[in-house]
This record gives sequence, structure tokens and C-alpha cells, in this order.
Amino acid sequence: MSIDLLSVIYLITQTLNGLFSAALLFLIASGLTLAFGVMRIVNIAHGSFYMLGVYVAWTVVTRTQSLLLGAIAAILVVGAIGFAMQRFFLRRFAADPLAQMMMTMGFALVFRDAALMVWGGDPFTLAYPRLLRGSVEVAEVVFPRYRLFVIVVAALVGAGLWMVNERTLIGARLRATVDDPEMASATGINVPLLSGLVFAVGAGLAAFGGVMGGPILGGYPGMDFDLLPLAFVVVIVGGMGSLKGALVGAIAVGMIDNFGKVLVPELSYFTLFAPMVLMLAIKPTGLYGRA
Amino acid sequence: MAERSEALQGWRLPVLVVLGVLLLAGPPLLTSYWVGLLTQAVILAILAMSLDLLLGYTGLPSLGHAAIFGVAAYGVAVLSTRYQLGFWTCVAGGILAGTLLSALLGLIVSHVRDVYFLMITLALGMVLWGLSYRWIPMTGGDNGLSGIPSLEAHAGLPFSGPIAFYYVALFVFAVSGALMAVLVRSPFGLTLCGIRESEPRMRSLGYNTWLHCYLSYVLAGAFASVSGVVWAYYNSFVSPTYLDLTASSELFLMVTLGGPATLIGPVVGAGVIVLLKNVISAYTARWLLILGIVYIVAILAAPKGLWNLRRGRS
Repeated sequence: MSIDLLSVIYLITQTLNGLFSAALLFLIASGLTLAFGVMRIVNIAHGSFYMLGVYVAWTVVTRTQSLLLGAIAAILVVGAIGFAMQRFFLRRFAADPLAQMMMTMGFALVFRDAALMVWGGDPFTLAYPRLLRGSVEVAEVVFPRYRLFVIVVAALVGAGLWMVNERTLIGARLRATVDDPEMASATGINVPLLSGLVFAVGAGLAAFGGVMGGPILGGYPGMDFDLLPLAFVVVIVGGMGSLKGALVGAIAVGMIDNFGKVLVPELSYFTLFAPMVLMLAIKPTGLYGRA
Repeated sequence: MAERSEALQGWRLPVLVVLGVLLLAGPPLLTSYWVGLLTQAVILAILAMSLDLLLGYTGLPSLGHAAIFGVAAYGVAVLSTRYQLGFWTCVAGGILAGTLLSALLGLIVSHVRDVYFLMITLALGMVLWGLSYRWIPMTGGDNGLSGIPSLEAHAGLPFSGPIAFYYVALFVFAVSGALMAVLVRSPFGLTLCGIRESEPRMRSLGYNTWLHCYLSYVLAGAFASVSGVVWAYYNSFVSPTYLDLTASSELFLMVTLGGPATLIGPVVGAGVIVLLKNVISAYTARWLLILGIVYIVAILAAPKGLWNLRRGRS
């Protein structure tokens, strides 16, 4: 086998790895960016939803051996937590974004310590589903089946979100609210309820991202704050409030992060934040964001 | 001076007098444990006031401010332990490290506002935390750097002990606080408040708002560095936890709990948080849980901060 072929295989494998990171980042950042679109706040507890998702799934998976059940439980539980948080704490500060963001900060600290209290501090990984163990081999490229599965699932979720956003009544209401919450509310759209739903869906998506990454990245104390800056870079690069931006941002960050770690591991933090700095210098609202 | 008398109306003046007497005359009467807490509160009060310049007066919510403080502390640690340099070189080096870093980061962050500012400062703070954690040859990684000489020995002071250190810290606090108080009452400080209230209006009046925000960020960084340098000597140890998001959010809470745009409020906030943290840590390891709950309760009960309680202004 020639050196050229080896490096091509290597390139393809790393690209697929980058796409896997991008898939997870998209699942997580899409919820963050949607919540921003409707509520005009960044949710600092978003990383905590991701973390809680893995932990809830861990409890379920160790009892049932089913990643599917774990994912469903994680989405439901974390989605309900998100809805309650928005309904009972954030909604009363609808006119004050800073108070809402501080509230999410408080919740992030509570969730972090509560997870440590409930689940302990030992790192773990979720069990692979039986069907998705092993690797796929196409020509000379060998790639783990599970990673491929996650890429496909994220693409399906993305397509589903796009369909809901562009083709349904609730999507139309959502777009109207993102454009102008006051006008939307004047036309009879229940903006507080819609905000609660979007916040809950975002929380569920973050939890789902955590479960999908669970067999590979696992769960450990501190994972919430590890993820948060990554999700922030994705939405800053893509533009806050834009689903398309979350997709493009996730792919960009996933690729750069992956190749950065492989090529210049010492500088991995810088290769990751360089695109954000560049984007801010050129277009502060991101690729698809509006001022 | 109408503004000042309004700032100290009602219960605030007596509280201020009691606090002042406690800070000045308290330590010789207290045990060394409480002197330690008071020292921590005074040093962190400088840091909280510096964040108030940004958050309260300029309206720029920074969630990475602890990183500047941490870099200054690392500056002292690296210069004094790895290079064995003298006291004033270490002090100047620490302050310069933090200030130059702010001057650099300020170029990136000064043209964004609100939510964007918050996210970007958070992300940059995480980069610096990551650097302190991974640049092991320089920072010692997770173990941190220990063995910073004691202030008294390093500076060649004729006295020593916790009470002496406390008064040094109190002096730095008083000077920094006075400088910041002058700053926010100067035309420059009033311009910052104007930008907080309405940037388009200030811009149309001919003010260079970018430059004002940039200078505010750098000045806040400089005072944070002063605080970091004193803290390094106080603790004689630095570690990545100084820079992390928890540290930045504790700091953010000091300002918002105390009352933004008052300078005195953040000092009170710093005192409350230091006290809570140490008292609660004596009984339980669940400090983060308590901190989170304090955050939530503070916003529900006193959204404008303790120092602004029962104040008529909107």
C-alpha cells in the first residue's frame, strides 16, 4: 500500500471523526440557538442538560441494557426539567435577559453539584447497543459502526427540525416569534408557552446529544462546563437563533476541533477558538445570525 | 454631591460606618481564622469592584473575569518560584501580565455587547483555564504552583504575621477602591454609564464608544490583576481553579448580589460570599449547590442587589 493511499484513508477517517463530533455538537447547539431565537437569552445550564442526559441514561441503561430506552428516558426527564425551569423561574423575568441568564447560571451550579451527589464522581461510558458494535469496512476505510449511526441520526434530527420549522404551523409561529416577539404575541401567538416548549425541546436535544455521545465520550463530573464553550463557539460562528447556522457551525467546529487535536494537539484550544475570533472580527452576528 | 448623599440614604450610611470600623479596627480583636476571612474578603472585593466597572457601569457582563485575576496570580507565581525574581519585579510582572492580556483580549471583545459579550468572555476564560491546566512545564498543570514567598519576607518588611498582611491588603483595597470611585465619577465614568444606557445615543453625540468599552475592559483587567497579585501572596499557591468558570460565576454573583454600579455593593457581596463559602464549607462539601441556590434566591428576592434594596429608583 502506497503512502498516498494511506494518507487518503487517514484523511477520510479523520473527516468521519470530525463529522461525528459535528453531529453531537449539532444536537446540542440546535437547542441552544433555538432558545436564544425565542427568548433572547443564552442558557448557561445548557451543558448541564447534556450532562444530566448522560447520567439519566446511565441509570436506565445499566438496568435495562437498552440505549434506546435510556435515550427516551433522558429526553423526557431532562425535557421536563427544562420546561419546569422555564415555566417557574425564567418566565417571570421575561423582560430582563441578564436576570434570566444569571438564573440559568445558578441552575448550572445546582445541577453540577446535584449530579455529583446523586451519581457520584466516577467516570463511566454507556454500553454500546449490540447491533451497532464493530466496524464498517468500505474499500480500505474502516470506521466504527456506532459513529456512523450517530452521524445518520443527527442528520435525521436536523431534517426533522427543519421540516417542523419550515412546513408546520408551529414552525411558522416559531419563526414569527424569532422575528419579532411583540408582534407575534399581538397576533395571538402564546409566546410564553412557545418559549417553554422550545426551551424543553432544546433541553431534550442536549440530553439526547449526551446519550448519543455516551458510549464514546461517557459521563464524568465537569463534562457540563467542558462542553459549554464548544456549544457557544458553534452558535457564535453559525449565528445565534439560526438552525442553519447551528448546522454549519457544528460542522466547522467539529472538523477544526478534530483536525486540530490530531495535527497540533498542544494548540487544540487555540485552533478551536480561532474561528470564533475571526468570525467576530468580520461579522459579529455570525454566518446566519441577525443583529 | 447630591448624588453621593442619595447613594448613602437610609440604612446605608450606618451600615457603611459599621463596616468601615470593622475593617479598620476589627482584626487585632479577632482570631487568626477571622482575620484570614477578612483578608480574603478585602482582596476579592478589589476583584469584585473591578468587575463592577465592566458589568455595573459599562453594562458589559463578563463571565471570564476570574481568568485575568488568575493570570496575574500565575505571573507572580512563575516569576517568584521559577525565576527567583525580586518583590517589585514580581508585583509589576503580575500586574503587567494581567493588564496586557486584557489589552489583547479587549481588542477581540470590545465591539460585541450583551449576550455575545457574555459568551465570548466565557469562552476566552475557558481557553485561559485550559492553558493553565495543560501548559504543565510552565504552570504545573492541575497541581498548580506552590512556594510563593511570603509577602513580608519577599518585600523585606520589618513586620510579619496575618494582621500585618491584612493591613497591607486593606491599604491596596483602599487605594484601588478610591481610584475606581474617582474613575466612575469622572467624565470618563459617566460616559461609560451613558453607553450602558444607550450606546446609539452616545455614539451620535460623538463619543467613540468602542474605545470607551475597550478602556473600561483594560482598566477592569488592571484592577483585577492587582487583586490577583495580592491573592497570590496571600495564598502562596496558585492553581487552575482560580481561572475556571466556577470562579468567574462566584465573582459575577458577588457583584450582582451586592448591587451593580455601586462599587460598595460588590464589596458587600464579596464579604457575603467569602463568609458563606467558608462557613458552609465547614459543615458540608455541597458549596456549589448552596452557591447555585443563593444565585437563584438572590435574583428572586433582590434582583438589583443588596445595596440597592429599598431604593426608590427604577
